[in-house]
Formats: sequence, C-alpha cells, structure tokens
Amino acid sequence: MSISMSPTTLRRLIVISLVMLWEALPRAGVIPELFLPSLSSTIAAGWNEAGEYGHALAVTLYEVAISMVFACGGGILAGAIVGSLPRPRVLIMPMISSIYAVPLVILYPVFTVWLGIGSESKIAFAAIYGFLPTMLSVAAGIQTIDPQLVLAARSMGATLSQRLVRVIIPAAIPTVLSGLRVGGALVIVGVVVSEMLISSAGIGYLISRYRTILDSPHVFAGVLLVLAMAIAFNAAIKWIERKASIWRTGTHAGRSATDDIPAAMQPAT
Amino acid sequence: MQPLANITPLKPASRAGAIQASHVGQIFKTSTQDVVALSDVSLEVKPGRFVVLVGPSGCGKSTLLMMMAGLRQQTSGTILINDAPIPQPDPNRVGVVFQEPSLFPWLTAEENVEFPLALRGVAKSERRAKAQDALKLVGLEGFGRRHPHELSGGMKQRVSIARGMVQDPPVLLMDEPFAALDEQTRMTMGDELLRIWAATGKTVMFVTHSLTEAVYLADEVLVMSARPGRIVDHLTISLPRPRTYEMLSGDTFGTLRDRIWRHIRKSA
Repeated sequence: MSISMSPTTLRRLIVISLVMLWEALPRAGVIPELFLPSLSSTIAAGWNEAGEYGHALAVTLYEVAISMVFACGGGILAGAIVGSLPRPRVLIMPMISSIYAVPLVILYPVFTVWLGIGSESKIAFAAIYGFLPTMLSVAAGIQTIDPQLVLAARSMGATLSQRLVRVIIPAAIPTVLSGLRVGGALVIVGVVVSEMLISSAGIGYLISRYRTILDSPHVFAGVLLVLAMAIAFNAAIKWIERKASIWRTGTHAGRSATDDIPAAMQPAT
Repeated sequence: MQPLANITPLKPASRAGAIQASHVGQIFKTSTQDVVALSDVSLEVKPGRFVVLVGPSGCGKSTLLMMMAGLRQQTSGTILINDAPIPQPDPNRVGVVFQEPSLFPWLTAEENVEFPLALRGVAKSERRAKAQDALKLVGLEGFGRRHPHELSGGMKQRVSIARGMVQDPPVLLMDEPFAALDEQTRMTMGDELLRIWAATGKTVMFVTHSLTEAVYLADEVLVMSARPGRIVDHLTISLPRPRTYEMLSGDTFGTLRDRIWRHIRKSA
C-alpha cells in the first residue's frame, strides 16, 4: 500500500522531473545548448531582457484579449442562432464545416495586405481562427438541449424570449464553456502564430527574431511565456467551469448559486 | 410590452374543469405522405373526474393530451377546456405533468415549482408561499432547497405535480408521469396522486401504458385504437374509493382489465 500514489501526486512528480531534466540534461552536455538551453539560462535570458519581453507580452495579451471577445462573443451568438433555428442551420452549417477543414493560416498573408502588419491583422486572424470552433460547439450544444425542458416551459406559458433566457441559455452553459475552452486556446495559437509569420511586435515576433540569430535561450524564454499564458487560460476556464458546475448541480443549494441565476429566480432569503 | 394584467387572466369561471372534444382529428404531414394520427375523437369529461387514456403505442394518446394542453393544434374538430378553446398553453386552466426529465436541473425544487409563477412576474414572497403550499400538498415539505439530482425518481415526479398545480388549474393533464419509475414507487405514487386528487377535486386526464394503473386510478377509462387513433371503448370503473391494493386481485378488477386488454390486443 505504501507505494500507491494519488494521480495528482504522480502528475506533480512527472512535471517536477521534466523541469529537472530540462535543467540537468543541457548542463551535463547531453543536449547541446543550441538545441535546448537549460531552464536557468532560459530564465536568465528572459530576465535580462525583461523590458523587451514585458512589452511583447503586453502586445500579445492585448491581441489575445480583443480576439477572444470577437471569437467567443461572436461564436456564442452565431452558434446560438444557428443551433436554435433550423433554416440558417441548413444553409450555413455545411459551409462552416467545410471552411473549418481549411488551414486558415493561408489567409493570414491576405490579412496583412488588408490590415497591415500591426495588431489588427493578428486580431482579425485569431478571431476568425477561434470563432469557428466556438460557434460549432455552441450550435451543437444548443441542439442537444432536452426538448422536453422546452416543451415543459411552453406548457407553463413561457414566451419565446422567456424560453431562451430561462431555459435554453442556462441549459446551454456547459456546452458554451467547452466551446470557450477550444475557441480560447485557438485564439492564443492564432495570435502567436501570426506574430511569428509577419509582424513587428509580440512574443511570437520575439521568438521568431531570436531564432533567426540562433539565440536559443531567448527563443525558449518566449516559449516559456506562451506556455505560461496557455496554462493561465486553462486555469481560468477551469475556475469558471467549477463555478458553473456548482450553479448547475447546485451542491450549495442556491447560496453561491444566486449570482448566476436571473434576478427574478433568486431565493427569497 | 403587454401589460401584466393581460398575461394573468383571473377568470373566476375557470373553476369549472370540464373537457370537451368533438370530432378531433390530427394529420401529420411528412415529406412523403400524410399520416392520420387521430381520427374523429369525441369525448366529454365532467369536472372533477379522473379519466385515464390507454391504447397501443403510437395511437396518438399523447398527441391528444398535447392538444388539450394547447401545445399542439388539431387539424380538425374542436377542443374545449372550461367551455373555451385552447389555442395556446394556459397554465391557469391546464397544468401539465410530463415524464421524469422535465424539471430544470439548475433550479431547486421550489424554484422549479415557482417557475410558472416567475414567468408571470408574481412577487417573490407570494411565489415562495405558493410553492411551499404545493410542495406540502405533494408531501415534499422541507425538500424545497434540493436540486432535482438530489431527489429520487418519485420525489422528482412529486415536484413535477406540484409545479403543474401551483397555479391551481382546474385541469391536470398527465402524460405517462410514472412510466420511468420502478413498480413499487409507481404504486405509491398512484396512491399519492389519488390522495392529491381527492384533496383538490381537479379534473385529471392521465395517459398510461399500464392497464393495472389505468383501472386502479380511474373513474373512467377511454381505450384508443392503433393509428389512426380513435376511441373504441369507454369503461366506467365502479370500484369504490379509496382504492386498495386488495382490489387488484378481485374479480371486478380482472374483468375490467381483460376488457381493455382485448381491445389493445386486437389493434396491436
């Protein structure tokens, strides 16, 4: 029994050993510094250029935030419309599904022609990149809502807008969240990739620039920042999901739940 | 915006609870052909009666119920509830209880019961008080704060019944409400329903597949034929009330159940 470990402990051990290997292997000379600089020299490289990286991070975060609003907001809205109305669904869904299979990155050079090499082209590209999966998963989620719930609401005299606000949206929240998870992750990918291709600022740009001069520690410092960003995003989504699941299954019986329930539905106390 | 007064009609005449259907037909149009689901269904239910609809699967008994609820419009004929047609759902006249999964999982039991009142903008305190009364009526006092996933199947159906009755409609329509329950819970819920029915005096129209349940609960049983659904027999169940478990093995009970079964076997 003493050998058995919880999966969490095991996961932490794996992460710790990977981090230690990252430090040890390049130091021992097993891996050349050019291929993989040690963790400490990566961090040192980033620290020495803290101002440059800080500015790049600010640019990238700004682009991610704006793209996220367009991708997730637009994706949820379009997904809700397409998911709940049969006619637009029949017209649009096959097209969207085929477009989704196209590697959208081929459009990025066009965007730079239209919008320049500043933040605008990155935002446009990442927003579209994240929009499609968000929309598709929200549309799919709306369609899987139990029609019995909507029928029950109708039998109680709910109008179309009441059914939307009080039944369809609450029932769709778990799917919307999973759409946000996919769409948000792709927004980060879209911003960083477009920065690496054609640009003048951002973490992707730094990674790309240091790569051309074979400065591996600085390249990996950028990689580390992107990694941190993705992990932070994931943690944020998990936090929201946890909140939402309390609200959905209501283990706290309406207490912590009240914030999310429309005002009219709140318990009396 | 409609004024609230129009959404909450307080008709004193709505105590009646009579159901009338005359020459009701329903045709489903599909891309290839028209399917006649119901054909020339006429029935009359006096206020306060417990009427059970039985028939083979797909005979249109649920469809008929949905039309009485205003959730679907008949192709021909008229349906009157309290002597007035029902072009759309009207929870002041008709409460509907569905099969199990119709409670909103993100709301507590009492919020579920309050739902129809909240739709009409009833004040929170009044809503809460009515929900408490309804939950008490179905024997769930003290369970209002629980969410559906914290309740058993039988308790969930009690909440559904409370929700259907919270606006005190004279007519309660029940579409196989106990179909998803195990047999013991089903028997208990049947007795509970009869108790609630006796306490409130509502007209109940109850759809089921179970012949035993039909005879056990009903004042009257309407037997429908396979598609196109029509009413082929009308039995008056003269067993005394309160109904007891012992009646299930009696001769009268068996005779009635056999008579229904013969109709269903013929059309199945």
